[in-house]
Amino acid sequence: MTGTAAVEIRGLEQRFETRRGSVHALTGIDLRIEAGSFVSLIGPSGCGKSTLLRCIADLVTPTGGEVLVGGVSARRAREEHHYGIAFQAAGLLDWRTVQRNVELPLELHGVGKRDRAARAAHLLEMVGLADFARMRPAELSGGMQQRVAIARALAEEPPLLLMDEPFGALDEMTRERMQAELLAIRERTGTTVVFVTHSIAEAVFCSTQVVVMSARPGRIVRVVDVDLPTRDEDAREHPSFFAGITAVREALRGRPVRGVPAGLGGDDR
Amino acid sequence: MNGLLAHRRAALVLPPLLAGVAALAIWQAVVVLGRIATFVLPSPTAIATAFGTVAPDVVTAATATGTTALVGLVAGSLAGVAAAVLAARLRVFDEVLSPLSAAANAMPIIALAPVFNAMFGSTSPVPRRLVVAVAVFFPLFVNTARGLRQVSPVHTELMRSLDATGWAFTRHVRLPGAVPHLFTGLRLASSLSVIAAVVAEYFGGRQDGLGSRITSAASNSAYPRAWSYVLGAVALGLVFYLVALLLERLLSPHTRRSL
Ligand SMILES: Nc1ncnc2c1ncn2[C@@H]1O[C@H](COP(=O)(O)OP(=O)(O)O)[C@@H](O)[C@H]1O
Ligand SMILES: [Mg+2]
Repeated sequence: MTGTAAVEIRGLEQRFETRRGSVHALTGIDLRIEAGSFVSLIGPSGCGKSTLLRCIADLVTPTGGEVLVGGVSARRAREEHHYGIAFQAAGLLDWRTVQRNVELPLELHGVGKRDRAARAAHLLEMVGLADFARMRPAELSGGMQQRVAIARALAEEPPLLLMDEPFGALDEMTRERMQAELLAIRERTGTTVVFVTHSIAEAVFCSTQVVVMSARPGRIVRVVDVDLPTRDEDAREHPSFFAGITAVREALRGRPVRGVPAGLGGDDR
Repeated sequence: MNGLLAHRRAALVLPPLLAGVAALAIWQAVVVLGRIATFVLPSPTAIATAFGTVAPDVVTAATATGTTALVGLVAGSLAGVAAAVLAARLRVFDEVLSPLSAAANAMPIIALAPVFNAMFGSTSPVPRRLVVAVAVFFPLFVNTARGLRQVSPVHTELMRSLDATGWAFTRHVRLPGAVPHLFTGLRLASSLSVIAAVVAEYFGGRQDGLGSRITSAASNSAYPRAWSYVLGAVALGLVFYLVALLLERLLSPHTRRSL
């Protein structure tokens, strides 16, 4: 554990003051995400997964603690375009073509027209949508829209990719295909990924670490290390895949799952 | 495929066309058989005859009124959109403009015509153009402002993640998102501009538009002629509306599918 972590969080606290009182969304979060890893955040609805991701993205300001992204403050990391982000709702701009949606970050940051177009073409090729560049988002399926959103998040080759349930609205088949594509993209770009999901299988299949959280107030209960021999479709049948799933389920329930040897993967928190 | 489309278009156009012809026939029959005096309601044929003789002047008068309406429409729309953008960007602006526009909307703008005539002199084209501009300002301001306010939270977060400035946010998210609303306002404003221009002419000033032709024909008991100019006003209003509709379809492509 040397060098600069992709993300380093120490003693993070997040409270929201609302009209109906104070919500303690996150407490005592300590997390170090190594460069090049794929980290999933999983936990029951409302446990603060999205909030934690937003803290990393500097979309909310923590009420306590410290968040460092690539060695600098989350704020500076955002201002320096250190990360790309994809949300559950693709959030494409309906009035722009697919290509111009992918170009948006580049356009905002002053990249010239020709370079933008070349970069967008390359990214659309990568997510398999080269033929759809001139279409409008409304003409695309949900899965295709999400791929455009991922291409947009990767537009500036960020060292960090943040994703908040990006495949949450997709059917199981599309979902598995998208997971494979995401892993392939990561393989090529070497990007660190922080990925919010509520699917255990998705978390285990994609991740090098699964961060298991619990609610009220949101905190990390366990980080499960996943070590799959491969990340192709065969991996879904591999014993280590099932072991990972069991370990995550166990952590989510807060007790051992019956009939499974304890201590499979992960370190207790 | 093409034949089917033509068929559907005919099915769309034919019923109102037939209804119009039937209405004219009934109108003619009622006026002739009921011996209704021309000052109450001239028959369609009487109006058609009068129209035939004054047609060139209807065109001239409609051009004058159309110019008034167009200048006022463009100026008022630009002002309305600019005000809406400012209101979306600067809170103070919104706090001043929104209640003001609500109050102004409750006031008949046309009542300003005599006041403007007195201010600018009744031979100037400015007063009536100003009436149109003021009348048109509000539908544009209100609709555009509504569109600018409707921003999806994902887009807000996306733009923040990209460290976009307030103006970049307005330019890339707020304004394009408001375009359909803007065109709704423009469509309302297009017919309103012609109405405002014609009615503003009722209040004196230069005697070159449809409004003044209608009043002078009516005061000379030349009712079929007055109706000819009314017909000109209807046609002018329709042209404005259709052009606005066409612009909407051309410039607001992401709404085209839903139309
Ligand atoms: N902007 C906010 N204002 C008030 N409460 C919030 C806000 N964002 C999140 N919360 C609350 O914080 C808790 C965690 O939310 P969230 O991070 O969205 O959970 P998850 O993504 O794990 O479902 C919830 O109780 C939620 O209501
Ligand atoms: Mg969430």
